[in-house]
Amino acid sequence: MRLIDYANPTRFLGLSATLLPWLAAVTAITFAVGLYMVFFVAPADYQQGETVKIMYIHVPFAWLSMFCYMTMAASAFGTLVWRHPLADVSAKCAAPIGAAFTFLALATGSLWGKPMWGTWWVWDARLTSVLVLFIMYLGLIALQETIEDPARAAKASAILTLVGVVNIPIIKFSVDWWNTLHQPSSVFRMGGSTIATSMLVPLLVMAVAFTLLFLVFHLMAMRNEILRRRIRAMRMIEAAGAE
Amino acid sequence: MSALSSLFVREMKLATRVGGGALMGALFFLIVVTVVPFGVGPDLNLLARIGPAILWIGALLATLLSLDRLFQADRDDGGLDLILMGETPLELVVLVKCLAHWTATGLPLVIASPVLAIFMNMEPVAIGATTLTLAVGTPALTFVGAIGAALTVSLRRGGLLLAILVLPLTVPVMIFGVSAATAAVQEPVPFATPFSILAALGLFSMVLGPIAGAAALRFAGD
Repeated sequence: MRLIDYANPTRFLGLSATLLPWLAAVTAITFAVGLYMVFFVAPADYQQGETVKIMYIHVPFAWLSMFCYMTMAASAFGTLVWRHPLADVSAKCAAPIGAAFTFLALATGSLWGKPMWGTWWVWDARLTSVLVLFIMYLGLIALQETIEDPARAAKASAILTLVGVVNIPIIKFSVDWWNTLHQPSSVFRMGGSTIATSMLVPLLVMAVAFTLLFLVFHLMAMRNEILRRRIRAMRMIEAAGAE
Repeated sequence: MSALSSLFVREMKLATRVGGGALMGALFFLIVVTVVPFGVGPDLNLLARIGPAILWIGALLATLLSLDRLFQADRDDGGLDLILMGETPLELVVLVKCLAHWTATGLPLVIASPVLAIFMNMEPVAIGATTLTLAVGTPALTFVGAIGAALTVSLRRGGLLLAILVLPLTVPVMIFGVSAATAAVQEPVPFATPFSILAALGLFSMVLGPIAGAAALRFAGD
């Protein structure tokens, strides 16, 4: 079974219809386990107290903001190189979900920053690059919404997505550089390796749960988009026949 | 080669004749820099400190405003279709169009910046550094902007969308341009480090811009 065999939208609709209930059930179970661990197993931080629990949603959101963009980049590659008919559906549907996760990463980070750093926002390198990523998501959505013809919108946004992939590391690097120049790191940061196992396990479970949630949302959005395009095509045929 | 050089000459003629609007960007640049003291107050020390940043923001906005003309006029009169069907590689065409566009709209900004820097009460060293960074940095803005201009070429009133698409991509150029300009007068960082990164960004966008722009134009023509 090759990837191109799933290019037939009808086959995709059938497959995703059988897959979705199972995927949704696994997502719900993972969330139940993850949330139980977060609230009843994971210890409160000795410095931050209970506010550390924001981390269990904030970190998955931040991870997914990158994961969504990578999904879009892979789909954009599929659109431009293989002209895979589902790739542009996938790219279009991932953009609003990615924008939502990026916004939630910023919002939860801001809520966490207020008690920890005493301010809603600092021009920290990491926050600034996530903000730029958020703006890029919104730009991509704006481009998709502005071009009327779905095929042309897909190609234009695929090019912009790939340009973004090349540029994101450069933006990240330059923002880091800018930040160290202007503001020596004064911000409490949790190093990835120093995190205790009792916190790491719930965090990983939550990350898996949110990734599964993304897959569920993405598949549902793709199904809707395919149906939407079919309705559009049917309406156009109808309008052509009415003449 | 002769096709490309005649394209360059054509672009320059179109930009400098009536309706070309080549100097409109420089005029906008003047107005942006003039408006800033009304916002932040006439404190000369403050203006001297933020001067390089103001000049850079003004140049960025002026470049963005003129970008929608890059391919739009050619599409309106059908010239773009001829270029797409021609034998000259589209990447080189986009490169030459960007170079001509920069010569017509970017170079006046660079020439105007020392004069505007006097309004900002900047020291001679800072004036020189800012002009130099603008000379190296504004081509990078044009090349990155060409991607946005090519993507929005088929849209009516695509100017605002163009700015939204292009601005995040210009963040690195902006950061290193302003850093190099301020590093020339303030101590800790040497001027050469951010300036060479800025030059590298310029060269990189010179490759990325034409390739991505040409791809976008091809798909817009479908």
